[in-house]
Amino acid sequence: MSRIHVTTTVNGDAVEFLADPRDSLLDCLRDQLNLTGSKEGCGTGDCGACSVTVDGTLVCSCLVLGVEAEGKRIETVEGMAKGNDLHPLQRKFIEHAALQCGFCTPGILVAAKALLAENPDPSESEIRFWLAGNLCRCTGYDKIIHAVQDAAAEMRGA
Amino acid sequence: MTMGKPLPHDSAPLHVTGQARYADDVPLPAGALHLAFGLSSCAHGTITGMDLAAVRAAPGVVAVFSAEDWPKGFGEMPDCSPSVLDEPLLAVGRVHYIGQPVFLVVADSHLAARKAARLGRVAYDELPALLTVDDALAANSRFEQGPVIWAKGDAAGAIARAPHVLEGTFEVGGQEHFYLEGQVALALPAEDGGVNVISSTQHPTEIQHKVAHALHLPMSAVRVETRRMGGGFGGKESQGNALAIACALAARATGRPCKMRYDRDDDMMITGKRHDLRIRYRVGHDAEGRISGIEFTHLFRCGWSQDLSLPVADRAMLHADNCYHLPDIRIESHRLKTNTQSATAYRGFGGPQGIVGIERVIDHVAHATGREPLEVRLLNFYRSNGTGGPGSGTRFGGPHSPANSQPQTTPFHMEMEDFIGHELVAELEKTSNYLARKAEIAAWNSTNPILKRGIALVPVKFGISFTLTWLNQAGALVHVYQDGSVMLNHGGTEMGQGLNQKVAQVVADVFGLEAAAVKITATDTAKVPNTSATAASSGSDLNGMAARAAAETIRGRMADFIADKHQTKAASVRFEAGLVKLAGEHYAFAQVAAWAYQARISLSSTGYYATPKITWDRVKGRGRPFLYFAYGAAVTEVVLDTLTGENRMLRVDILHDTGTSLNPALDIGQVEGAFVQGAGWLTTEELVWNGKGGLTTHAPSTYKIPACSDRPPVFNVALWGKPNREDTVGKSKAVGEPPFNLGISALMALSDAVAACGDGSAYVALDAPATAERVLMAVRRQQGNV
Repeated sequence: MSRIHVTTTVNGDAVEFLADPRDSLLDCLRDQLNLTGSKEGCGTGDCGACSVTVDGTLVCSCLVLGVEAEGKRIETVEGMAKGNDLHPLQRKFIEHAALQCGFCTPGILVAAKALLAENPDPSESEIRFWLAGNLCRCTGYDKIIHAVQDAAAEMRGA
Repeated sequence: MTMGKPLPHDSAPLHVTGQARYADDVPLPAGALHLAFGLSSCAHGTITGMDLAAVRAAPGVVAVFSAEDWPKGFGEMPDCSPSVLDEPLLAVGRVHYIGQPVFLVVADSHLAARKAARLGRVAYDELPALLTVDDALAANSRFEQGPVIWAKGDAAGAIARAPHVLEGTFEVGGQEHFYLEGQVALALPAEDGGVNVISSTQHPTEIQHKVAHALHLPMSAVRVETRRMGGGFGGKESQGNALAIACALAARATGRPCKMRYDRDDDMMITGKRHDLRIRYRVGHDAEGRISGIEFTHLFRCGWSQDLSLPVADRAMLHADNCYHLPDIRIESHRLKTNTQSATAYRGFGGPQGIVGIERVIDHVAHATGREPLEVRLLNFYRSNGTGGPGSGTRFGGPHSPANSQPQTTPFHMEMEDFIGHELVAELEKTSNYLARKAEIAAWNSTNPILKRGIALVPVKFGISFTLTWLNQAGALVHVYQDGSVMLNHGGTEMGQGLNQKVAQVVADVFGLEAAAVKITATDTAKVPNTSATAASSGSDLNGMAARAAAETIRGRMADFIADKHQTKAASVRFEAGLVKLAGEHYAFAQVAAWAYQARISLSSTGYYATPKITWDRVKGRGRPFLYFAYGAAVTEVVLDTLTGENRMLRVDILHDTGTSLNPALDIGQVEGAFVQGAGWLTTEELVWNGKGGLTTHAPSTYKIPACSDRPPVFNVALWGKPNREDTVGKSKAVGEPPFNLGISALMALSDAVAACGDGSAYVALDAPATAERVLMAVRRQQGNV
């Protein structure tokens, strides 16, 4: 099948790539753009390890086709830090030891960032249910929730 | 001191920025190929024909291998088993389970290989498939000749003499590891016929060994590297062998780099899981609930190949006592061979299956005697030993004083030396307010007909050391460079547990440096040879000691050198805060390293450690298989909906013993994660096979591990914090597996909540996993409207 030329913006950078129309956005990010921070945990939209935002909407990039990125604004975990300055969520995940193997971490950070963009002051319950689509097998989630709460407080200037 | 500091995981800055590189993230050289297996759709049968023409003709396919057209130059079909030679890479003549690899596709992309693998047509002559414990028992299909039986005292006699006898049967489900990163391996052809392998494995030496065997190479021609895994949990102890062997063979056949990654569904269909089992018990006890004699029968469903089933089932027997002194006990363990995935290592390695059995018995005895389960637990606890704790005092110097008694022994005749259950449980009861909450819950339940709450306290004792004694060894390699920087390598693998961080803290401490000064490198069979799997919770115990030995050797040489220079004694040299101090002088560590280099002092050393004291005779079931035990206890409170069976955890309190923690932040993380994983095993995680032997729950859409929304709103975790009495690294204790067993408290709390639905006359007898459906059925039984 012939490949399709895709022009899009990833983490603020204009990029172009050639995508097989059957390739997922996740595969395009990982294989074409060498952005391997987004992970494939299940390939069926159930685990959240591939979470990215498309025009600000949180999606599982394994369920989006690469060609759908045309003209869109994609944000991945690689775009969270500004140079060496980590995003508050990233810093709080380190401080709270909210990660172990780290494989789910990029997806959870992207999902948490999307939550805080929509709701800067989420309750514990809102965080728990927002992140219910991001599976973590290592941590038991407690520290993840504390890290998100703490980052939200800092970002609110509280 | 950097040991004992709650430092973050060494890779945390890489994890949060997406820069941590896992095996699937390694950039591939040009021309790399991708592999996929074609899988058996028959649980047991003879292969009568294979039509792979469509596979070969599929776009992107470079090569296809099967037993029928196995390249002559490859010799026999290679074996993937970690134990006996019973796992051919590809089925030869016969298939043994649905999901068994039958042919191998090599293609120019991951997707092309997977798509092509679906096009194979394999014809089978079906044979009777043994799918269940009952099938296997009826056919006498088993590993080893018959059941393994270990006994102490006279269980049958003690039960016959007991005033009360209980019997029961308990079904316990298996568990999928669900490491977020699936199995993956990459093989790069090296010059001279060798191969370099990058593998997501807990056991690089095993990968090296199996690849060398498959390629008919010496182990020295195969190099295996593992930087990190995206979770392992035992599922990467032996289950990565097939991928690495397939990649190495395909790389040899094509001369190109080859990579294989199972997609999630394939991973769950192909690889082994935690063993499920049926436990039968017969127990004699008195009116207070004191157990005199007990008989257990473990019926393990091991799957089609032996893999690690024998030591797993052994460890279940070794944990059949948990914290309880069982003077007369007989354990009979059947290792049944079935036409299903080959059950394998999973966090706890059989231990949890043993522990959940005796906890079920205690729960049952408490019901029968009408006593508070915690009282029954304490009544049956081992005595404390020599610590002055409860049960260790002299009762008026009388003949029954514990001090005058022989030391208590485990069912495998090991003297209990380090039991701290009494003190630990007393502390947790206090901090969790267990007994008061139990009364409050009973009052609440009496006024709430629809929702019922339950609570349980479960203690844990877990033996530390590999039961295969020779695995209890480790090596390390430490370099100090002339600029004072330090590089550390050891035989353990990093799967998220923070092993590298802990070992770096140990090494940094030896040199008086900050942990960040120690560079951690990938596990590499070319640097440290003959390693054991990072398993049995042993990673930091073994590798920490080996790395400390290496660092101490170098420090000793540096101390000798600088002391000699100052005409003083090496023993007076101190390495602290980045400085080397002696004779009133102090120098930067880097300065002394540079001087030592110029003075031609070796600044590199290996280190080695072998666990002392342990001896074990598995045939007799006697010895000291463990250097020590790790302890813990958890109180879990749940609520359930009697109309639907839906349930959730409300509050969890844990007190867990990691000795003097090497890193409390990492240890608490391990405890929390292990608890949740253990609770998942016994509640939401259900593996379902259909009548043909096909696993129907092979993706997260149908197999439910705990999600963020399942997290208990109140989750209090504390470490016991007292030093290990054995001479372990920093007096710490292993942490990976023991707290997994704390999840048993979730099952027991559900049992308590279900009991509140009836008049108390019938025992709940809740099987595991206690899914909402199973809870609902148990509620109906209690309500008498089954």
